[in-house]
Amino acid sequence: MTFVEYKMLNPFQRFAYKFKKFIKAIPGAIGRFFKAIGRFFVKLFTGIGKGFKNYGTTFVKGDWATKLSYLIFGVGDLHKGKIYKGILYFLAEVLYILYIVFFGWQYISKFNTLGTVVTHVEKVGLIPKQVYGDNSMLILLYSVLTIVITVVVFAIYISNIKDAYKHQVMRANGEKPTTLKEDAKEFLDGKYHITLLSFPVLMICVFNILPLIFMILIAFTNYDKQHMPPGTLFTWVGMENFAALFDVVNTPKKATTFLELTEWTLIWAVLATFSNYILGMIVALMINKKGIKLKALWRTLFVIAIAVPQFVSLLLMNQMLQTNGAINVLLSDISRLFGGGPVEIQFLNSSTLMARTTVIIVNIWVGIPYTILSMSGILMNIPEDLYESARIDGASPVKTFTAITLPYMIFVTTPQLITQFVGNINNFNVIYLLTGGGPTTQDYYQAGRTDILVTWLFTLSMNSQDYGLAAAIGILVFIVCATLSLIIYNNSKSMKDEEAFS
Amino acid sequence: MIKSYKLRRNIANAIIYVLLAILGILWVSPFVYLLMHSFRLESMTTVPYLIPHEWGFDNYVALFTGSGSSAINFPRWFLNTLVVAIFSCIISTISVLAVAYTFSRLRFGARKKLMNVAMILGMFPGFMTMIAIYYLLKAMGLNQNLVALVICYSSGAGMGFQISKGFFDTIPRALDEAATIDGATKNQIFWRIILPMSKPIVVYTVLTSFIGPWCDFILAKIIMGDARDLYTVAIGLQSMVSAEFINQYYKQFLAGSVLVAVPITTLFLIMQRYYVEGVTAGGVKG
Repeated sequence: MTFVEYKMLNPFQRFAYKFKKFIKAIPGAIGRFFKAIGRFFVKLFTGIGKGFKNYGTTFVKGDWATKLSYLIFGVGDLHKGKIYKGILYFLAEVLYILYIVFFGWQYISKFNTLGTVVTHVEKVGLIPKQVYGDNSMLILLYSVLTIVITVVVFAIYISNIKDAYKHQVMRANGEKPTTLKEDAKEFLDGKYHITLLSFPVLMICVFNILPLIFMILIAFTNYDKQHMPPGTLFTWVGMENFAALFDVVNTPKKATTFLELTEWTLIWAVLATFSNYILGMIVALMINKKGIKLKALWRTLFVIAIAVPQFVSLLLMNQMLQTNGAINVLLSDISRLFGGGPVEIQFLNSSTLMARTTVIIVNIWVGIPYTILSMSGILMNIPEDLYESARIDGASPVKTFTAITLPYMIFVTTPQLITQFVGNINNFNVIYLLTGGGPTTQDYYQAGRTDILVTWLFTLSMNSQDYGLAAAIGILVFIVCATLSLIIYNNSKSMKDEEAFS
Repeated sequence: MIKSYKLRRNIANAIIYVLLAILGILWVSPFVYLLMHSFRLESMTTVPYLIPHEWGFDNYVALFTGSGSSAINFPRWFLNTLVVAIFSCIISTISVLAVAYTFSRLRFGARKKLMNVAMILGMFPGFMTMIAIYYLLKAMGLNQNLVALVICYSSGAGMGFQISKGFFDTIPRALDEAATIDGATKNQIFWRIILPMSKPIVVYTVLTSFIGPWCDFILAKIIMGDARDLYTVAIGLQSMVSAEFINQYYKQFLAGSVLVAVPITTLFLIMQRYYVEGVTAGGVKG
């Protein structure tokens, strides 16, 4: 389609065209994604190859101190007069060896089996004595920790060699190594990024990346109620947890639960996203219409709904929707007005359809204010001269709306729409605090009729201790969300460049 | 012709006013209900009418003086949350601003890679790692401890740098260059130039990280388990409407919710103003 043809379409056709293009772009984007991963590995391996080459040549060219640095950290630096750095390198090596000998080795050596000795009672002489066996969970956790530490120490090792060689060259050129004071100054200027990033990166490594690696590994073990350390051991099972989610023959209950919850998760995400988007846009347009007064008041009314902590509003809603809650009281009052009897609707815990509809409606109440807030900002940013020239050309208000406002909004907010979709797949609070997953059912494995995948994940790990299965679900949800996000990320730029709105 | 156009416009506006009023009432009425019933005196858990017949401060007083059960200790929960919020707010703010400044102003080899890693990490469902974090903290001897909550809330803060970075990006680089020529280090530029110019976004960051602990629910629940004395307000209030306590504590739950909602709502409204100010100020400068 040429640019002129595109310009001749009406906004809805344009949107349909964009949407079609987006869908068509998915396979390409996935392809690009894997190509990027491939490129990354090629780069990584060539980098490693280069590293080895440097590693060798440095050794050949190095003097005795540099050569000794290959075994003992920091010798090169100490020999060249860079005392404090040499000591730090040396300390790193000593601490690492102590860590491995006294702590790390006993765990990492059992990493491939995750422990073989079960805690049991043994008779020593006459007195029965509890013998503590292996703890698979600790073995896995500390093994991951040891691996992470080893990677870090390896990086220190390489930098130690590089530094030793650098100082050797400096001495050959007759230069003196920098002092501690000069280096400290450098950390506030040229190397300031290291100063600023070290603390946040350390925190993220320990409390985000390490647990993440741990959980990804858990997905390949049989960690559940029957295999619960310290009493019993768990071990590697390969793809069994993933297979259980798809195998309708051998594990029918888990597989149907997964299938049906995935279906409901997608329905929920689509309905929640689009209902909020469309209704939110209508309200935002009403508030921002020319000639409507008290704009700030209307906006504040809705912002209050965001500002009140979500757990308060959701717990409140949960109470109001009970059989004798406020909503039913209100409905009874209305029905009495017309001569009817009291109303007792079971919103949350009788029929599946009722509970699901209620969840989506309450989500509209929770979610629309966010849409209004962001849309108001965008509406106020539409260039005023667009409207002015439309008025001069004699366009009617309806025409102005369909030709300027609507396409502009759709154009600007499409990426945001998909981000919200991903957010709704992960929308834990609304489901968990409102229905707790109910109405309960025996058809599902540890899940209720309104549970989505992430709340199921939570129940699996909190109530039934199916950690392996839960981790597998987490990985699958991640793959879906990451693919969607990467597609948006790759396409949003091209989408923006293609038609800079003017 | 003109008259009929005006008439039509007025009718349209009138309809919109009516619609907005109805929607406004719909959105705010649950909170009005919350407020009204937190002052209710009737002893029943629920009443079959909307507006309470007897009013008073009893629920609030009971919340603070305690009413026999040691399981419900609202003042303690409030204090816990406040302490956790203050400390995690300090650590988070420093992390966020440091990371944002680094990615916005400093150029180094791993910059792009680190930003991509942060993006990918953000896509994992947050509580997938919670079990692991729980065991990690347990191994450190920190489970059922307020320090653990502070660590959890502030550890990932560094990844939420996008908004602050966007703001820093709009501050003209010419300022940095001028300062560098005058002999300022990157450290001095950060503290003396960038931060003083970024007041709205600093306030925004402080308030967001302060509000976080008040609203979090899952993490606190996993870490605290049954240590009721260490609960934060969120899990405390949720436990008040659990099957075990709801009959006795429903009205106190309403009062407690009001006591949490009012300050947090106020802070949020202030934060919103600074956010808008930050975004628009950035726009003008850029």
